[in-house]
Amino acid sequence: MNHSLTTLTLVPLFGGIVVAGLGSERNKLVRGLSLFFSLIGLTGALCLWTHFKGASGDLQFVEKFDWVPTLGAQYYLGMDGLGLLMVMLTAIVTPLAILVSWSMNDRAHIFNALILWLQAGLFGTFTALNFFHWFMFWELGLIPAFFLIKLWGGPKRGPAATQFFIYTMVGSVALLLSFLAIWLATKTKTEPGCFDFITLAGMGKSGVLTTKLQAAFGWKNIGLMVFFGAFLGFAVKVPVVPFHTWLPAAYSEAPSAVTMLLTGVMSKMGVYGFLRILLPIFPDQMRQVLTPLLWLAVATIVLSACAAFAQRDLKRMLAYSSVNHLGYCLLAMFAAVGAATNVNQPEIQKAAGLDGVLLQMFNHGLTASALFLFVALLEKRSGGLRGLDDFGGLRKVVPVFAGLMGIAIFSSLGLPGLNGFVGEFLVFKGVFPLAPWAAAISTIGLLVTAIFLLTLIQRVFCGPLNGRWAQLPDLTTAERFLVLPSIVLMFALGVWPQLILGTIDATVVALVQKISF
Amino acid sequence: MLAWTIYISFLGVLVLMLLPRDAARAARIVALFTAVLGCGVALVGAMQLAQQGNVGEVTTIVKTDWIPAIGAHYYLAADGISLVLVVLTGLAAIAGILFSWNVEKRTKEFFAFYLALIGGVYGVFLSFDVLLLFVFYELTIIPKYFLIARWGSTRKEYGAMKLALYSFVGSHLVLIGLIAAWVVARGQLGHPSLNLLELSQLVHFPAGFQCWVFPLVFIGFAILAGMWPFHTWAPTGHVAAPTAGSMLLAGVVMKLGAYGCLRVAMVMFPEGARHWQWAIAALAVVGIIYGAGVALVQRDFKFVIGYSSVSHMGFVLLGLATLNTIGLDGAVLQMFSHGIIAGLLFAVVGRMVYDRTHTRDFNDLEKMNLGKLLPFAGMAFTIAGVASMGLPGFSGFVAEFQVLMGAWQVFPKMTILSGVGIILGVAYTLRALQKAFYSDAPPAAHDGHEDHPLEPISGPERAGAVLLIAASLVIGLFPTLLMNWIEPCFRSQLFARLLNGGAQ
Amino acid sequence: MNSVDYLQMLRLAAPEMIVTVTMLLVLGADLTVLRDKSITARFHFGALLSVLGCASAAVFAFTRREHDDLLNGILIVNPHTDFVKVAILALTIFTLLISTAGKFTDHVGEYLSLILLGTIGLMFLVSAGDLLMIFVSLELASLALYILTAFNKRNEHSSEAALKYFLFGGMSAAFLLFGFSLLYGLSGSTHLTDIARSLAGKGLDPLLLVALVMTVIGFGFKVAAVPFHLWAPDAYEGAPTPSAAFIAAGSKVASFFILARILAVGFASSEGSAVWHGYLAGWTPVVAVVAALSMVLGNLTALVQSSVKRLLAYSAIAHAGYMLLGVLSNTNASRSALMFYVITYGVTVIGAFGVVSVVEEATGGDALKNFAGLSRRAPLVSLCLLVFLLSLGGIPPLAGFIGKFFLFSDTVAADEKHLGLLWLVILAIAMSAVSFYYYLQVLKQAYVEDAPADAPAMKVPVVITLALVLLAALVILFGCAPSLLTQFL
Repeated sequence: MNHSLTTLTLVPLFGGIVVAGLGSERNKLVRGLSLFFSLIGLTGALCLWTHFKGASGDLQFVEKFDWVPTLGAQYYLGMDGLGLLMVMLTAIVTPLAILVSWSMNDRAHIFNALILWLQAGLFGTFTALNFFHWFMFWELGLIPAFFLIKLWGGPKRGPAATQFFIYTMVGSVALLLSFLAIWLATKTKTEPGCFDFITLAGMGKSGVLTTKLQAAFGWKNIGLMVFFGAFLGFAVKVPVVPFHTWLPAAYSEAPSAVTMLLTGVMSKMGVYGFLRILLPIFPDQMRQVLTPLLWLAVATIVLSACAAFAQRDLKRMLAYSSVNHLGYCLLAMFAAVGAATNVNQPEIQKAAGLDGVLLQMFNHGLTASALFLFVALLEKRSGGLRGLDDFGGLRKVVPVFAGLMGIAIFSSLGLPGLNGFVGEFLVFKGVFPLAPWAAAISTIGLLVTAIFLLTLIQRVFCGPLNGRWAQLPDLTTAERFLVLPSIVLMFALGVWPQLILGTIDATVVALVQKISF
Repeated sequence: MLAWTIYISFLGVLVLMLLPRDAARAARIVALFTAVLGCGVALVGAMQLAQQGNVGEVTTIVKTDWIPAIGAHYYLAADGISLVLVVLTGLAAIAGILFSWNVEKRTKEFFAFYLALIGGVYGVFLSFDVLLLFVFYELTIIPKYFLIARWGSTRKEYGAMKLALYSFVGSHLVLIGLIAAWVVARGQLGHPSLNLLELSQLVHFPAGFQCWVFPLVFIGFAILAGMWPFHTWAPTGHVAAPTAGSMLLAGVVMKLGAYGCLRVAMVMFPEGARHWQWAIAALAVVGIIYGAGVALVQRDFKFVIGYSSVSHMGFVLLGLATLNTIGLDGAVLQMFSHGIIAGLLFAVVGRMVYDRTHTRDFNDLEKMNLGKLLPFAGMAFTIAGVASMGLPGFSGFVAEFQVLMGAWQVFPKMTILSGVGIILGVAYTLRALQKAFYSDAPPAAHDGHEDHPLEPISGPERAGAVLLIAASLVIGLFPTLLMNWIEPCFRSQLFARLLNGGAQ
Repeated sequence: MNSVDYLQMLRLAAPEMIVTVTMLLVLGADLTVLRDKSITARFHFGALLSVLGCASAAVFAFTRREHDDLLNGILIVNPHTDFVKVAILALTIFTLLISTAGKFTDHVGEYLSLILLGTIGLMFLVSAGDLLMIFVSLELASLALYILTAFNKRNEHSSEAALKYFLFGGMSAAFLLFGFSLLYGLSGSTHLTDIARSLAGKGLDPLLLVALVMTVIGFGFKVAAVPFHLWAPDAYEGAPTPSAAFIAAGSKVASFFILARILAVGFASSEGSAVWHGYLAGWTPVVAVVAALSMVLGNLTALVQSSVKRLLAYSAIAHAGYMLLGVLSNTNASRSALMFYVITYGVTVIGAFGVVSVVEEATGGDALKNFAGLSRRAPLVSLCLLVFLLSLGGIPPLAGFIGKFFLFSDTVAADEKHLGLLWLVILAIAMSAVSFYYYLQVLKQAYVEDAPADAPAMKVPVVITLALVLLAALVILFGCAPSLLTQFL
């Protein structure tokens, strides 16, 4: 049995312990070591990428080990295209986050340790295939995030952190209760209940799961209730309107490195959950409530875009924009489910939507973290100011900065040639045939996004120069190297999306087959 | 071999009493040595027993005649459940001593009472003769009283007396039930017997009899387990007790009550247990929610933990009420888990924080910026807090999970209510964590006497914290270590009537 | 009229004779040889002599195996009564040991001989099976006790107590005699078994009921049961501590033994029933009511006492209530449980009074606050106090707990089918839980409170310490291995 996945998760865990133990005096060593560990994670992810057989839709690097047999808890790891993508994303964003916080001196050892532990939690979540230890990693990611916001955040960090924690916890409890119900329903006299995502997906597809739930609880709509519980758990994480109210506060109060991680990776946990767990296990239930779900996705897209438009704080604007971008993922997912039964639609179209989802996840992760990185750099120069009206005409003073941030903004906007376009294009390509009205309304979101992003460029970079910033320094060499990987990837993936698509195609097809009849 | 845990503890008491009056250092070392030896014997004995025989069956350690006229034997034995709790006692004993390293006032008497309490607790978990169990059970009341009354803090005499009286009343309720059962059993068997195995397997108490004896005995034990509404001794007692006292009280002594409920009340009167199942579950759930809710609004840090103990013990009682294997399994595991976690929580609050800041009021603690001044304490409390919340990876999760599973099969609606309790648990833990360590309130203005920095966390404290955290983590990650001891017990003859619907 | 074989009588009453001789010796020695020595020396010497005498009497009684009934109930001798006599003698020995520290009187010889006289009366009481003999020995013992109570001439409480005790005692003796005469009138005999035979099958005569009540009153006074207890708190408080110990211990043993016999044998026909929902007129319900009242009143009043001696008095009332349970359940098992309880209670209470006398001597009073910090000032004595009070409270593994367990379980077992007497046992257990509080209060003073800063060190005489340790050891021993005692009962 190949232990690469376990090693991947353990390295940042161990690294965090080492870094935390270094104490508060040796900041240089702390930073160096944490970067080192995160780079090992990156190397590991790259190795996995190269060894991954993109053509096969099966699970690879599988590790299976009986943990608590009586509870049906197995230590079951495995990776398909989706998991690989997410692991890759995490591996890329984490070193960037550490580098962004290079100048932070306040309890740097704990800060960096928490980031590493967060990474470990994320790696674990994306590779786990049995609910028991998946849930462990899911919860484990919360604690470092909470402390990162709470201890190093902005002025209103206390309430923001608490809100973040409580919302996510409530969702997690709902998720737990749903899985408890599933476990009970799948329990027989001799076998314990089932926690295995793969097996449950099989049961979901064949409709056996719904039958078992009904048999165990004697209630016709129990399947729906269980679905709602699980849905809530993930909906809070994505977030789906109306469960998103924790997000603006958390994103804006958190230190920028943490926001990068939050928006870049942790929000993807929610979508990942939808793809890995909700879609395969509850296809029937999703079809039952498909229309409301589509409406929720549309609402997420449109309302968050409008809310972003109304913001004056850059970070909040980008926070709402994140919600908007993830709304597209939801849209495509729900549409794919809706169309799964329709045998007239060619598979390729169903797959297109899901391809778009995965791509959008990765691209948004990349772009959004880059955007927040830029905002962090701006904040550093402006002494903490990040309001829309605080700046003006910066293009003249910091042309390189303006140019590079402009690239990231246009990517977020969905300009063809940059990575953001491909994902959104595939999403709409997948959704239009399957749910035209939803796609039509969502274009409003595209429009509003374009408006506020262009407004951002106009207000901050163009126009008359705000005298205050006449002496603003441009990007240093180090900073240029810092943002370079993201920019390069934005172009690369925009021009040649096959880089990723080649790896995930088979997975997507397998996913579609899982949710079809 | 396990019987030596009892004897070693009492030998320790003897040695301590013979030490000269002011030999504090020697007293600490003797006490620690005794506790470590006791724990070592417990672990080795437990593993030996688990390997030799069938851990699900009751294995006799010592059995001699004691008072033949009433059928009492000096009968020590163990099955998987006893082993788990004996190991818990060993760990909690060591941790408690480590956290009491700074007791200066009449140190040797403190540790003498402490070890006497530990010895009594070991005795309860290993007794399979009902009178012997009762003797050890009552034996623990006196050291508890003196530990709190002499070395405690807030309202110590009131708290100690309340605790002692409640325990005493509880044990006397049990006595009534026991005497009645003894008389009926004698009539059925033809000879008097106080052997637990005989009383549970050979005697069939009439159903009507069980219906009133069971609640008597169960409530008698449940008072000590902190069942609502008989729990009021717990917050007062825990707050009044010195750190090691609260650690033992919440960690081990409350488990005595739960153990008595399971081992004596439920096993001897299975039909009665079935009859009162719903009432117990209802009270347990009320305890879970009430304890958590009240903890949420406390101003005193230790009261939060005290009420959280009531809430967590509610889970144990809920697990007991399910009368199915998985719920009972969860209940015993929760006994172990909560024992460790509560010990850690009280250690942080009492020893690390209160002994240094001399206040437990959140309004004062908020201003002290303890997260920066005592980072180890903050980290320890964070870990203990998340473990107590039931975060996966720690022992609490597996235990609560199983209790909920078991409960869902029998009382679905009540299970959902206990889910509310879990959420409240998150809330009050978070609130305590924030207010005590990581508050955003402005630090207190510097007056002259604020300048002294807080004493750093000492070696014994770190050792104790690491011990407890490691225990919770190990069992959280490898719960089968304990579950392999607990589960077979429920397949044995002893629990057969209880689990099979109380039928013959 | 049978002629009395004096030789036989001397042989059967040998233990009593030995004690009588000892008494005379002590009196004589004190009056002649020891006149000029100090009080302590006289006490020590006299006590030593008395102890030797009692010990030899005890050994004699323990080792002989006689079975005889002199003059049809005047002197019943069998191993059972012999053992009870041994117990009484042992309790007397301990009382004597404790009295050696006394400084309350000059009349040492008289004091000691009165104790011995009381003992003799109690021993004859135990052997009595005839109403007249019972009355005579009871009076002998009581008179000795009245005088013993008054012995502290310097303390006015002592004489007040003695007067109260005497007046109450006289009244109850009158009641008892009246009851006995009614009994004689109804049955035509003063021998218990003959009375039983002639009353058998006659049912409950109103006069018999009166006789029954009178008897219970008479003995109820003796054992300080409610509502005949009013003399007890004052007597226990006012009397010199060794006398109080003797009243509480020795006289209770004998009184309960004989009460059980009178009610079980003499009133066998009119037993009645005190079972829940099964009331039947007779002596059982009467005793049940007295027992219940004693337990409740004794424990509840003890809660508010601030003088430890009064506390012990009220606790004695409560314990009398528990002991009456053993009487009313009227089976052989419950009677032996009763004797176990009474004997161990005697041992415990002598120890408790011994500690009280030590504290009184050192601090000048017996209030709760005088016990403060005892664990630091006199650790060994304090430890003994812990043992005694916990045993009284019923904490295992001490004798008090086992005694209570035996008593309660045998009471419930008396009605196996319906567990009818459970209500009494529940009451007893509940009140026992209450008692824990006030015993703990005393222990709290000793172990938790600090001694006043100016308190001088406590010097405890070696004899007393030895006696206390021995008593505590006995309490623990009988608690852990009760069969050592029960084999003789």
